Amino acid sequence: MSMQALFGQLLVGLINGSFYAMLSLGLAIIFGLLGIVNIAQGAFYMLGGFVTWMLLNYAGIGYFWSLLLVPIIVGLIGAAIEKTLLKKIYNLDHMYGLLLTFGIMMFIQGMFVHFFATAGRPYTVPSALTGGYNLGFMFLPKYRGWVVLASLVLCLVTWYAIEKTSIGRTLRAATENPTLTRAFGVNVPALMTIGFGIGVALAGAAGVLAAPIYPVSPLMGAELIITVFAVVVVGGMGSIMGAIVTSLMLGLLEGLTKVVYPQGSNMVIFVIMLIVLLVRPAGLFGRER
Amino acid sequence: MSDQRVLTVDNVTGHYGDSHILHGVSMHVNEGEVVTIIGRNGAGKTTLLRAIMGILTKRGGSIVVRGQETIALPPERIARLGIGYVPEERGIYATLDVTENLMLPPRVAAGGMSLDDIYKLFPNLYERRRSPGTRLSGGEQQMLAIARVLRTGAKFLLLDEPTEGLAPVIVQQIGATIELMKRQGMTLILVEQNFRFASRLADRHYVMEHGQIVDVIDRAQVQARMDSIKSYLGI
Repeated sequence: MSMQALFGQLLVGLINGSFYAMLSLGLAIIFGLLGIVNIAQGAFYMLGGFVTWMLLNYAGIGYFWSLLLVPIIVGLIGAAIEKTLLKKIYNLDHMYGLLLTFGIMMFIQGMFVHFFATAGRPYTVPSALTGGYNLGFMFLPKYRGWVVLASLVLCLVTWYAIEKTSIGRTLRAATENPTLTRAFGVNVPALMTIGFGIGVALAGAAGVLAAPIYPVSPLMGAELIITVFAVVVVGGMGSIMGAIVTSLMLGLLEGLTKVVYPQGSNMVIFVIMLIVLLVRPAGLFGRER
Repeated sequence: MSDQRVLTVDNVTGHYGDSHILHGVSMHVNEGEVVTIIGRNGAGKTTLLRAIMGILTKRGGSIVVRGQETIALPPERIARLGIGYVPEERGIYATLDVTENLMLPPRVAAGGMSLDDIYKLFPNLYERRRSPGTRLSGGEQQMLAIARVLRTGAKFLLLDEPTEGLAPVIVQQIGATIELMKRQGMTLILVEQNFRFASRLADRHYVMEHGQIVDVIDRAQVQARMDSIKSYLGI
């Protein structure tokens, strides 16, 4: 095994981990605030990738504008779905949220398969981020470094906003005790709409970052979301920082497995999930509910 | 004492799921009054406060707060009419530290206490300001629950069993805080099991039984009617 191959796979692992982090972070926010396991998170990630592709090909709007616009567009779509569909099922069992978001996922994905078929569409790396650096022990393509950096910044900004600001304080209070928080005069239903919007906007942002790396296709989210749910089970739904740390660790572990035991690389996260479920059912960072 | 109505409750009904708890409650509170609701466990006292706050979802009748009918309003709008709520379970957030707990409720009226003033009034909360809310002792949690609504500027407070399960020295401290609030002209509804504590503070006592108000006793009548009060409370 060469050092080049090892670091190359660790980089791939770190990039995958970054995507897991952005998706599981959104899932954690949504589950905390709405009590809904949003199976459609992968569809919002795909939507992010596709809207990026459409903005470029139909409107001539490039990558960096998409990075700003697409999360807003995806977030607004999410907020509309929350206001029209999700809010009707808050009083029902968690299972209904799972089923409803599963239906939403099938609908969004089905629409895109219908109009665009399943073939992947390429998206060119923006010229400012082409090329790379020779680090001595490995070659680092600029865009891949950018993805890791951008997603880390996004995750840390989200963490900071939730843990250290007054909006985050209100969000945490509404997560812990929505009824009392309303009795203090906080408009919790509006906060839930915003929370769902932000949660899926994170998936949309991940979709933009993914567009130049993975082919943009209607099924890109469905493939990723299964692994993301395994990551969430390992990390536990309870903690924002837990979601970020678990995602990056499992991404790296997946990359490492590709070097030492390639046959096991698709399985390793699920094996860890099984072990965690047996030993610590609430997840590494989760609280027993 | 002015006659201005802060709260008028008229023929209010309330349910928890399928069980019917409130059977047509009527009462009122005037500006600057301290009113208690007394009665045995399960009489519906806490449920009445929850109905006033709008967090009891199945409620009927009429609840007017400062001239505004609230029976169809969501809790966040009712709170913004200037009501502060100290729930029976205290409602301290575990994921927030003491300062964050204090800063959480939005200001609902002008003239609330500043964080500095609150810490001057409750020095032990200042010492615990970085602790998660649920690490506090029961007494400290109750202080925090009361202090939290003093910051919001609310002039009409609902206190649900503020002395329950607390040591006598802390009960005294809470009594002094309530007297201070009364001197500042605040209007209070106090649900209380401890009648000796309540009788020192209250202008009027509503007696509740089986989800209805069955008697009203003015401060002046308390001594004369001590026997019936004892039988109402089963002591």
